[in-house]
Amino acid sequence: MTNIFNYIEKESPIHKLTGATKLVCLIFLSLAAMVTYDTRLLIALPLVSIALFAVSKIKVKEVSFLLGFTAVFMVLNNVLVFLFAPQHGVEIYGSSHVLFPIAGRYVVTTEQLFYHLNLILKYLSTIPIVLLFVSTTNPSEFAASLNRIGVKYSIAYSVALALRYIPDIQKEYHDISQAQQARGIEMSKKENLIKRLKSASSILIPLILSSMDRIEVISNAMELRGFGKNKKRTWYMGRKFRAMDIIAMAVSVLTFAFALYLNYRNGSRFWFPFN
Amino acid sequence: MKKSPVKSIVAVGIGAALFFVLGRFVAIPSPVPNTNISIQYGLLGFMAVAFGPIEGLLIGFIGHALIDFSFGWGVWWSWVIASGVFGLLAGLAGKFFVNINDGAIGAKEIVKFNIGQVVSHLICWGLVAPVLDIVIYSEPVEKLFAQGLVSATANIVTTAIIGSLLIVAYAATKPKKGSLTQEK
Repeated sequence: MTNIFNYIEKESPIHKLTGATKLVCLIFLSLAAMVTYDTRLLIALPLVSIALFAVSKIKVKEVSFLLGFTAVFMVLNNVLVFLFAPQHGVEIYGSSHVLFPIAGRYVVTTEQLFYHLNLILKYLSTIPIVLLFVSTTNPSEFAASLNRIGVKYSIAYSVALALRYIPDIQKEYHDISQAQQARGIEMSKKENLIKRLKSASSILIPLILSSMDRIEVISNAMELRGFGKNKKRTWYMGRKFRAMDIIAMAVSVLTFAFALYLNYRNGSRFWFPFN
Repeated sequence: MKKSPVKSIVAVGIGAALFFVLGRFVAIPSPVPNTNISIQYGLLGFMAVAFGPIEGLLIGFIGHALIDFSFGWGVWWSWVIASGVFGLLAGLAGKFFVNINDGAIGAKEIVKFNIGQVVSHLICWGLVAPVLDIVIYSEPVEKLFAQGLVSATANIVTTAIIGSLLIVAYAATKPKKGSLTQEK
């Protein structure tokens, strides 16, 4: 389990962009997808990310298990929205074209179906970008990128520490859990809920107390080396921006600006062509 | 004793790593099919009380964002921010009402910790997360508040059990204030 973030090393124009660039693009493209409910832009964004996937040489096969999670999540969310608010589309778009009734307040309307379409498109516009980001950005470069886009280096260093210690803590958890299970702890469905939580804590307490010691050791080591003395620090994995980086960032910022413009021109976040 | 800034940085790093491992790989099946109990909030409540509100905020925010990145289902900023806010609120409650670094933890402190965490969870999942979801995704209000209340309840239970146990266990490792007397 060394590759928890599913980074896939390849030679491609997307991999060559710096982590900071990809982070800026991720933020602005996600913001663009978040602010608008304009269907045209929400169709364009997934198409762009599919094209980018082709450019990055990442194959669908390599990320398919992640897509599985996403699909389940998306279906579940849509079903919940319909169960709780079958008239939500009517409320948003302010008109009602009934297609066919099911029972009681569960009436299928054009507006509701259109709202669900937009909701799905919204997921499709945000999810592939995140997937692309994690599969083309080296986690070691991630902290350097955060610092590059203006996050304080102490916080960026916390992120670097977290990424560095996740595998260690995972291994420690596994070891403790095996030891406790050998002593008869049950965590599966056979036990009742309270018992399960109690067994979990008999693993957690040694894990967390040893992590508290770890915090002492690491912070002493860092302090002895003078960490935090200077206002700035350099990063082993940091890279300089090149022309492509600037272009990529400019395009994402413009996309976000365009989404805002669409909202302004449509008069609201919603766009409804069937009136 | 003055808290060193380096220690805070490391606490956030290790705390976020713990939050990630518990949230991502430790799956305790719950009675509802296909859902797991998120025990990471017990940890977050404890870390926030032990280290402080800012550290709590960052542990929740970074840990939750990393979990979302690794699942690949997109980053749900509304819930990531809510996790951070829980760390912040629990840390504030801890800072003013529960001092666990002196080794003196009694029933009173545990009750105070739990009141703090229940209020914080209700604010985060009953208010912050749904409101952000409405702003970002315009999902129906009824659905979001139902979801929020379900997760608030689940998180309150896990934090009450695991957070309290951790606080008692951690306080026991600290020397009690005034436990040393001068020999004459």
